[in-house]
Amino acid sequence: MIPASGNEDERLKALDAVMAGHHYSGHALIEVLHAAQKEWGYLTSGLMRHIARKLRLPPSRVLGVATFYHLFRFTSPAPHEAVVCMGTACYVQGAANLLDSARRACARNGWAVTTGRCVGSCGLAPVAVCDGAAMSRATPAALSAEMERKYDAANPGPRARG
Amino acid sequence: MTPQILARAREAEQDRQSRLRDRILCCTVAGCLSSGAGAVRRSLEQEVERQGLGGAVEIAGTGCMGLCGDGPLIRSSKRDLIYSKVAPGHAPAVIAGAHPAMTADHPFYKGQRRLVLANSGRADPERIRDYIAAGGYEALLQAVTRMTPDEIISVIRRSGLRGRGGAGYPAGLKWELVARQKSPVKYVVCNADEGDPGAFMNRSVLEGDPHRVLEGMVIAGRAVGAQQGFIYARGESPLAIERLQTAIGQARNERLCGERIFDTSFNFRIDLRIGAGAYVCGEETALIASIEGGRGQPRPRPPYPPESGLWGAPTLINNVETFANVPAIVANGAEWFSKIGAPASPGTKIFALAGRVARTGLVEVPVGTSLQTIIEDIGGGVPEGYEFKAAQTGGPAGGCIPASALGVPMDYDSLPAIGTMMGSGGLIVMDSSTCMVDIARFFMEFCMEESCGKCVPCRAGTVQMHSILERITRGEGDPRDIARLMELADLLQNTSACGLGIAAPNPVISTLRYFREEYESHIHARRCPAARCRMHGEAAA
Repeated sequence: MIPASGNEDERLKALDAVMAGHHYSGHALIEVLHAAQKEWGYLTSGLMRHIARKLRLPPSRVLGVATFYHLFRFTSPAPHEAVVCMGTACYVQGAANLLDSARRACARNGWAVTTGRCVGSCGLAPVAVCDGAAMSRATPAALSAEMERKYDAANPGPRARG
Repeated sequence: MTPQILARAREAEQDRQSRLRDRILCCTVAGCLSSGAGAVRRSLEQEVERQGLGGAVEIAGTGCMGLCGDGPLIRSSKRDLIYSKVAPGHAPAVIAGAHPAMTADHPFYKGQRRLVLANSGRADPERIRDYIAAGGYEALLQAVTRMTPDEIISVIRRSGLRGRGGAGYPAGLKWELVARQKSPVKYVVCNADEGDPGAFMNRSVLEGDPHRVLEGMVIAGRAVGAQQGFIYARGESPLAIERLQTAIGQARNERLCGERIFDTSFNFRIDLRIGAGAYVCGEETALIASIEGGRGQPRPRPPYPPESGLWGAPTLINNVETFANVPAIVANGAEWFSKIGAPASPGTKIFALAGRVARTGLVEVPVGTSLQTIIEDIGGGVPEGYEFKAAQTGGPAGGCIPASALGVPMDYDSLPAIGTMMGSGGLIVMDSSTCMVDIARFFMEFCMEESCGKCVPCRAGTVQMHSILERITRGEGDPRDIARLMELADLLQNTSACGLGIAAPNPVISTLRYFREEYESHIHARRCPAARCRMHGEAAA
């Protein structure tokens, strides 16, 4: 039910500690979901059932809350993720072009390209975040180059590209 | 913490800092961090080590110094100079004072008045001693040991402080409403769910001076009779969350929040709640539902939160910037505050100046400063070769200000008169390269995605309005589309259940009011005047 992994027990223990810290209160559901996603990377239905049982909530409530919020994900994250900020400042400075070119570039590497809400660096727009590292005043060329560089760094040896 | 210990701590830290040869403060807020402030700080630390200056020159972090577009920014406190665009290789020159610096009369800083951002650039947000050395927690001491709750509320009411979240409701009235409720349990909530795309004021305050917000909340707790506070922060701002956690821990250790504050019987605990990405949670009843662990869906008001909020108890909800104003008002008095800014809305307002403007960043000006001053004098105008077209305030709920209204004073009454609103402080400048129909479409897309789905006008209306706008920007608009948009706008404004749906049509109404010819050009001539929209049949750019 819960995704198999070497240190599954430790993850469950960490999650249980968070729930215990909130006295297994249903009010802490969002905090608990955050903690679960931090441990596993995403939320599976098994995991949500586990949380529902522990917090004594109906599973429908847990699913309903989890799917309401944008930050919770239900599939495993791609190995690399580029987030193009779609805040107004970034949009005015050409984020749409950036997104188009990043989407074309990602077809090659193992990148997932998504859009994000304002990252708070509006003074440096447009901004893209590659694997957590923010790139300010990003251009389509610079973003593609960064994606290639990060891909190559993570995948040494001959390139396998489709 | 006792009054004597607070005074001693302040003097000891001030003394320690004055004995340093220099204290070099590196911006450690989102903007500068993404332009490489972390590496600059490390190189400065290494350089201090290399020159054997440890103990004489201290490298510390600090909050936003404003000019994010020219980051990373570094400030030398002894020389009182700000260095911009510092690279790691500049470390020796910065330490020697040989690096070119901005002078105090730099046009970006000249028109500003920094009250809420007073410590940003001067104190380290991760050290409570820095905040105390700057006079921090003095106002709390006064509020807890020398003032009655009524006196605190009276100061806030007489100061004329208005809520900085957008609507500008008088803070003193709200506090009084909560204080008047007879309930053993009350809550104070800090709304830090700053979700407008293109707004980073609250985040910068939390990242750069978290103790100021905590102090304001504890004072509010004392004034309204609450013992528990919550800060509802955005899940998308991990740095703000981290700084808040650090600050809450420090304040608790020093007994500045938690139990027996200043050795009195007053207890006030502050907990952090992390949102998970839902714009609607900035609406106060949705925020309450989210803190309670549910879907962030609004409920009808009344009853308003001051009567029935979190778990049905009276709840005071204010924005980050509102709470951040409180310590200075309590410390300096209502009269001092009411003389700053505009008579009907005193104080300062922080704007996140961004978009097509030369100097971008965080700007704090007296309320009522004209838009022209902010954009041209402080921001340096639009880039050369382009022409100012409009400024957008209030995010997806606001509207645009055209060039003909550049002289408008930025306050809570003048902006609604021209069809926009103060909002939380996002200020996006647009020039001749921006298509206003496309901007209206952009905001409608945002509202469509963020609609919580509870009421039909908002859930379905935003989809309809978005599809019409998209059709127009594709060059497939119909001559009747403008009338359809206005009809839908009217429907959303009058029948939606909460502010999100009511305000969602604002950008459309506002761009239609000032830039109707751009809509007509798209529809009739199949041409985008700004050459932004790719018209149907046109080759890809």
